This record gives sequence, C-alpha cells and structure tokens, in this order.
Amino acid sequence: MIIQAENPVVEVHNLSVTYHNKPVLWEADFSIPAGNLVGILGPNGAGKTTLIKAIMNLVDPSSGYVKLFDRPLDEVRPRVSYVPQKESVDWDFPTNVLDVVLMGRFGKRGFFRSWTRKDKEIALACLEKVGMQDFQKRQISQLSGGQQQRVFLARSLAQEADLYFMDEPFAGIDAATEDSILKLLLEMRSMGKTLLIVHHDLQSAFEYFDWFVFLNTRLVASGPKAEVFNREILQETYGSKLTLLHTISNLLTKEGLPMRDETDLE
Amino acid sequence: MWNQVMEFWSFNDLNVRYVTLGVCLIGISTAIVGCFTFLKKKALVGDAIAHAALPGVCLGFMLFDSKNPIVLLGGAFVTGWISLLAIDLITAKTKIKSDTSIGLVLSIFFGIGILLLTAIQRSGNAAQSGLDKFLFGKAASILPEDVYILGSVGLVLICTILLFFKPLSMVAFDPGYAKSIGIPVGLLELILSTLTVLAVATGIQAVGVVLMAALLITPAIAARYWTDRLWLMVLLAALFGGFSGTMGAMVSYLAPAMPTGPWIVVVISIIAFLSILFAPRKGFVARRLKLVRHRNKVLHENILKAFYHLAEEDASFYQARTAQEIYNRRPMPQKMLAKGLQSLKRKDLLKNESGDYWRLTKQGKEIGQRIVRIHRLWELYLQRFLKMAPDHVHPDADAMEHIISPELEALLVDELGNPQRDPHDREIPYNN
Repeated sequence: MIIQAENPVVEVHNLSVTYHNKPVLWEADFSIPAGNLVGILGPNGAGKTTLIKAIMNLVDPSSGYVKLFDRPLDEVRPRVSYVPQKESVDWDFPTNVLDVVLMGRFGKRGFFRSWTRKDKEIALACLEKVGMQDFQKRQISQLSGGQQQRVFLARSLAQEADLYFMDEPFAGIDAATEDSILKLLLEMRSMGKTLLIVHHDLQSAFEYFDWFVFLNTRLVASGPKAEVFNREILQETYGSKLTLLHTISNLLTKEGLPMRDETDLE
Repeated sequence: MWNQVMEFWSFNDLNVRYVTLGVCLIGISTAIVGCFTFLKKKALVGDAIAHAALPGVCLGFMLFDSKNPIVLLGGAFVTGWISLLAIDLITAKTKIKSDTSIGLVLSIFFGIGILLLTAIQRSGNAAQSGLDKFLFGKAASILPEDVYILGSVGLVLICTILLFFKPLSMVAFDPGYAKSIGIPVGLLELILSTLTVLAVATGIQAVGVVLMAALLITPAIAARYWTDRLWLMVLLAALFGGFSGTMGAMVSYLAPAMPTGPWIVVVISIIAFLSILFAPRKGFVARRLKLVRHRNKVLHENILKAFYHLAEEDASFYQARTAQEIYNRRPMPQKMLAKGLQSLKRKDLLKNESGDYWRLTKQGKEIGQRIVRIHRLWELYLQRFLKMAPDHVHPDADAMEHIISPELEALLVDELGNPQRDPHDREIPYNN
C-alpha cells in the first residue's frame, strides 16, 4: 500500500540501486509530506541505508530520480542534512568533538574561510542540545557509542536544515540517551522540519513515528501510521522474500546482467 | 670524518647547499601529503605508485634520450597515475579485492620498469649511467638545476595542502557526510591523488622507488603517536620528513658510494621507532609504566585491605601488626610485602614504630576501608544485577576494587540504594 503525499517535500520516483549487479533497492516510488517524523523500516539488507544514500546522491541509482522540495538535491543542499551511521567513520581520526560539529557549518562558510565566532557559538549550542557541551575539547576516540551518535546529531543540527535523513541514530545507545534524542527530534518536528529516520526496532518505531516507509528490497508500503502499520504489511515486510523476485535478482547477479535496457535513450 | 660533518653543516659548499635544500623540501612535502594518504588508509597505494614510477622514468629517458628532470619526473608522474587508475579499475570492475589489485599493479609495473632499465643499460648508451640511481636514490646526484624543479614542486604540494586543509581533512574523516554537504569529494580525491603521485615522482630521486613509500608514510605514523590534533600531526610529520631528508643528504656527501634512500629510511624509521616506544600516553613505555603503577597501587591497596580485615576481626583499627600477620591474612610473595610495607610507610599510610610492628595511620585506614567497601558493593552489584551466585562474585570484586573510581562508587551506592550488607552478610563499611 503506497499512499502518496500532497505537496510532498520528498519525492522518490522509480528508484533502483544495484551493487555488483545485485539489486538492493527495487523500483522504490513514494512521497513524504512536510513536518513528519518518518520511520524507514525493514529487515537487515532491505535497502534502508541504500535508500537514503541514493536520495543523498552518495550511490548512483541504476534508474529513477529524487526530488526534494520539488527540486534536485544540488539546488536545495543547504536545506538538507544527512546523518551517516556512526560505524561509517574511523573514530581514531585525530580531531576533537567541536571540530566534528563545525563540519556542519561548512556549507555556510565555504572552502577557504575559517570558522567565525558565530559558527562556534552555533556549534556549541548544538552540542548543548544533545547534552554534550562538556565534551567540546574531547578527542573523538575517547567517546562512547552513544556520545559518538550525539556528536553526529549535533553536527547535523549545526547545518540548520529543514529536511533530515538519519541512518540509525538510535543504534547502540542507552535508554536515557534514546529518550533525549527522541525529545529533540519531536521538537524539530514541531518547528516544521521533516525527518526521515532509519530504525530497526518495531516496538519503539510505533511510538516514535507518524509516517512509515516499509522496505524489503522493494517498497512494501508508505503512508501514515494509521493506514500502514498493520499486521499484514509487517508480515509482508519481515516475512519471506518474494520468491520470484528473489530468483530473478539472483539471476542478474550470477550472470552479471544490467537491470535496465541501456540502449534505451529515454 | 668529523671534519667532513662540520664541513657539511657549514653549508659552505654551494652544491651541498642545493642538495640539502632539495632533499629537505622533498622530505617535508612528501611527509605532509603522506599524512593524508595515511589517514585515508591508502598507505599501500603510495607504495604501488612509487614502484610504478620506475617504468615512467625509463620510458621518459628512452623517448626523449635525455635525463632532464622534467622528462624523468613527467614520465614518473604519468605511469604513477596510470597505476592508480589501474588499481581503481581492477577493484571496481572485477571481483579482485583492493589489496590484491594493489599488489598486482605494484609488481607488474615494477617488473616492467626493471625490464626497461636493463634494456637501457645494455643498449650501450653512455648517457644512461646514473639511471639506476632511481632504484635506491642518490641525493648527491641531484644537480642545482634539479633543485629548482624539485623545490617548486615541493612548494606547490605544501601550498595546495594548506589551501585545501579544511575540506581535505573532512573528506579524510567522513567522505559520505562531506559529499552530502556539497564538498566536491571526487575533485578533492583527485587532487590528493595527484599530489601523492607528484610527491612520489619528486621523491624518487632522493630515496628511490623501492623505499619511497617509507618517506611518504613513516613520518605520519611517527607524528600520530605524539598528538591527537591534525595540524600538529602534519607539522610534526613535516619536521620528521625534513630532518631525515637532511640526514640523507649528509650521508650522501660523506659517503658518495652509499645510496641515499636506505639512509633516509633508517633515520625516519628510528624516529618512528622512538615514537612508538616513548611517545607520551600512546607509546609502549608510557603504557607499560601505567601498568606498573597500577600493579603498585594494587599491592598497596591489598596490604591496607589486609590491615582493615584484621581490624574488623578484633575491632581495633590502630593495633600494631607484624608482617607475618598480614601475610597470613593475605598471602603474597614476601619480598613484595616487605617492599609494599616500606613504601606505604613513606606515603604516611602506615607507621612503623619498633622492629616489625606496623600500624595504620588514619589515612591508611580510610583507604583500606574504601577498598573493602568497594569490594562488597561490587559483589552485591554482581549478585543483584548479573544474577551471579554469592560464591562466584569474589574474584571479580578483587580486581574491580582497585579500578572503580570515586564517581563510579557513588553511582554504585546510588544504584544499590545505600546497601548495608554484602552477599556474604558482612557489613559494608561507610566513612562517617
């Protein structure tokens, strides 16, 4: 069941992604309304991370396109922020917490200008929002998993964007941190911001999000909680894969064949 | 020998001045570029590029019949770049993993290079003599006119890195995020690759293709041990690189028959080795010392704990005890016990009035009490939260009692709700 939003801030059209000829996201087509806390859910390997990486143009799609605020990403980049999985970087890198958060100010400052006092103030304010103000000088290798997560969140806040894509911000953190992060996300939503969040826990997902995107390589459902969070769709998402689709996907991988007719100029 | 060293450092000889300046600049610029290669975990790629520079040098000579540094440097630059593309292409288009493709490209290009070098040497062309210096480097063979070229390339490298320092460090730390905020990651990686190839191409004359990677990566490794700040790391690496380059130039002056590369590598390796051993906090010795200090702390605390236990039994805390009594309560090697008693006395935690009679001071009693308290709190924690049986909790608590800080202790007391008795129904002694 795919419910399209009116006046969407995120439009995903026929988006497919393959890695080494293996389809990891198959023809996703959905839209998201503004001011929502959106959960992206699905089993391991369902293409959740791939979906937001494709939206952020970090992986090349083999088909389809994405519009944010009715424009291509490049035209609205200052309004869009991305929080990668904390495992995606080497935390032994020689830098401290404040410098990581200041990265979020890069879009406002540009290549060659150094950080202004205002940038530092904003970065500190963002650290305070995630409860990390006492750690600004801390070497990042000394942070715990939950603290790393909060530093990434602060960096994203420092961008002052309107649309956020977050990859597993609740992974590997304790209950108290989860509560405080959730409170922050709700506050951002009440300011009219839209947040798309990859999440792995069904139980808390039901409490947290207003809109759901269910993935299992293909898009299973997208819509408001009341319409799509039900037994049938959950079973479809977390149950067995579609056998025929799976067989064809394996065939593409094995034979090394493309997912699209590459001679088609359309 | 000594006179020659003095002669070198006086820089009276114009040639020495040029050569040293050239090699020093090479060392500095290569080390700075190498910091980013290292942080991007591309150290092995640097090695492949260096080996791939050899066929370029040979081809340059064969095509233009000249040893003009621009020709040789250009050749090295071109084949270095091709090797880089080959690695990326093989990794992207085949099932060969990146470490294998690096190894493959390195050996194939180097093989071709040796082949060409042999062919040139057998050709009877008299102008070829000296080309084999590119294998292991020879700083003294650098001519004043080379220095202008090497020096300007070195300056270009340093300036480019400084200019792009901020975005480059972001790309090195988190390329995905960097791309998401609009940093042209592809372009910056291209720039960094070009800088790496350039650094290698200029460096091979001093160090040689075989050992070039050491000059690229080792200063960064050494510098990383001393600091957690990127700019300081780059600065230190530059210092180490420049110093080892200068030493290489000196060796080349003192012993003209020696290849410079190995000497430069020896110097920079010694710096790296000393860093790994003696750097504060991260160095081997510092970590070892920390362990020794902890072991002493454990010994002291165990002795004080034994005093406290004895005191609990007869309810007199400041009673004098003999070493034998302590030993009976808590067996440990006699020598360690004697040493521990002496140093506790020096710390004013024990008093030793006559002969072998020792008694706690007030401070000593408090520490002993604290250790016993933490031990019992931890036992209780293990029993209550980890559901461990009371007869299994003791060994763990014996280690933790020396590790738990006052802050953690406060949390523990809080979590357990100010408990009064441990799993063995002994009193948990508070300080009041």
